Amino acid sequence: MKQGPAGWMVNKLLPVATVVAIIVLLWYVLAVALNWAQVSERLAKESDNPPVSAIVAGTWEMERPVLPAPHQIAAEFSKTVFETRVTAKRSLVYHAGVTASATLLGFALGAVLGIVLAIGIVHLKVLDRSLMPWIIASQTVPILAIAPMIIVVLGNVGLTGLVPKSIISMYLCFFPVAIGMVKGLRSPDPMQLDLMRSYNASAAQILWKLRLPASVPFLFASLKVAVAISLTGAIVGELPTGASAGLGARLLSGSYYGQTVQIWSALFMAAFLGMVLVYSIGGIERLTLGARGQAAGAR
Amino acid sequence: MTSLPPREAAAERGTLMSVADTVIDVRDLGLVFETPDAPVEALKDINLQIRRGEFVTFIGPSGCGKTTLMRIIADLEQPTSGTVTVNGVSPHEARLQRAYGYIFQAAALYPWRNIQKNVELPHEIMGVSKAERAEKARRYLDLVGLKGFEKKFPFQLSGGMQQRASIARALSFDPDLLLMDEPFGALDEITRDRMNEELLRIWHETKKTVIFVTHSIDEAVLLSTRIVIMSARPGRIVEVIDSDLPAERNLETRESPVAQQLAHRIRLGLKAGHSYDEVR
Ligand SMILES: Nc1ncnc2c1ncn2[C@@H]1O[C@H](COP(=O)(O)OP(=O)(O)OP(=O)(O)O)[C@@H](O)[C@H]1O
Ligand SMILES: [Mg+2]
Repeated sequence: MKQGPAGWMVNKLLPVATVVAIIVLLWYVLAVALNWAQVSERLAKESDNPPVSAIVAGTWEMERPVLPAPHQIAAEFSKTVFETRVTAKRSLVYHAGVTASATLLGFALGAVLGIVLAIGIVHLKVLDRSLMPWIIASQTVPILAIAPMIIVVLGNVGLTGLVPKSIISMYLCFFPVAIGMVKGLRSPDPMQLDLMRSYNASAAQILWKLRLPASVPFLFASLKVAVAISLTGAIVGELPTGASAGLGARLLSGSYYGQTVQIWSALFMAAFLGMVLVYSIGGIERLTLGARGQAAGAR
Repeated sequence: MTSLPPREAAAERGTLMSVADTVIDVRDLGLVFETPDAPVEALKDINLQIRRGEFVTFIGPSGCGKTTLMRIIADLEQPTSGTVTVNGVSPHEARLQRAYGYIFQAAALYPWRNIQKNVELPHEIMGVSKAERAEKARRYLDLVGLKGFEKKFPFQLSGGMQQRASIARALSFDPDLLLMDEPFGALDEITRDRMNEELLRIWHETKKTVIFVTHSIDEAVLLSTRIVIMSARPGRIVEVIDSDLPAERNLETRESPVAQQLAHRIRLGLKAGHSYDEVR
């Protein structure tokens, strides 16, 4: 159904704006509650009975608040994103770029690894039985526990910077890709497989002409999950190294110096980056499936 | 193999006149499925010969093994006893020679390929050149009345049109045998009638040997030169009826006395198979 600009405002913008307004409001209230103790203590030293309005105003203007107010985060965000040169160390865009490149490299490696594993598992019973338990076991180990080890081991062989972070991303994101692809490669119904057998098709032909095309919708669903956790992996990978660049480094240095405003703006940047990545995959998905007449709207 | 006298050797290869006519030879065939609870005897003592150019229909109650028998002939299932030869060779060798055009109850088109590309699929697998397979696909889509729909995707076609596309796909690589397992079972009566007429026309034009499975007595009467009536548990052949309908047929032929008589005989045969089932 077509809708005019007014309809769009009511149907799409209004609900989103309402939710944002409620969150911002609650956030201000929460900032007052959490920062109250510090502010009232400080003001009490200056005067005997500080007015409530002064304390409330104070909770929204602290340099190192427990919870910064939204406008403080917005100011920091705009300063480090729009008012700083992109190449400067203080630019949040620069740090986001560092994390994004590790994320994308790890994502690419993980996707390839996941797809290759899935193809092996679907074709060889031995792999299905021997590999699957290990794949699942690999994901039960907390990444926070093995991330430092990966960094240290790779650092010993001379790999630092981008690659170790990408390896951690890969470690996290090959899993959903492998699981989704196994399901996707097994999704053709028996009739479609019998058809291939009646043509005397080889396993490679069945893979290329049936299993892989059939798995594409499953692949995209997994890729969306994978790219999001790949970002998590890259950020986690930046924590133990004491890395000087990347969103993880911003989070770490922010927590060292109690710079909560910096932490929160880095968090928002990470969320924004994650959204861009997931929506990009969604866009590629629509283009791909649309070209095959399988776009959501066309079904 | 030791040296045989020329006549037997020729018969062995299936080149003798009487043998050459036989496309499918099923002897003492049986199949028991091993299932977790109890073995299922899907087929028992099946003997059947099918000659070139015949249109043979399997009819019988659900679960009597029609699909299973067809799958054995197509080397998609292995019998536990007895033998099958197709053109004098095993079903496996016949499959390697791509002797089968299999048509399922559902069209089984690949949703990511347009109709043209779906029909080209077997040719791609058989390594036919791009130009030739495009030409073949166009020709056979034309034959089944789908000219102008080449670029459409399966979801844009009705069930009947999809099934036509799957028939075009099966015919297009000129297989020796057309195996059709309830191809029109999912279609409404009116579409089914139209498809039956089309199939008769195509069969006359291509002179293929067809094995056809159906639950519809009407369909069996209209299409077949021979009707194989089966019964369930275990799946056996109850009766084989030669159709005495003229070769030239159309939908009205079903109303002729000869056709009515044939339908009656099929009904009796099915009943006999059924009562046998109840006595047991
Ligand atoms: N893979 C299998 N494993 C176990 N039993 C099977 C298998 N395939 C078929 N059967 C059994 O064999 C019997 C014959 O099945 P089949 O599908 O050939 O029947 P059908 O005549 O085609 O039935 P319908 O008319 O419903 O299609 C049935 O009892 C069925 O349950
Ligand atoms: Mg069946």
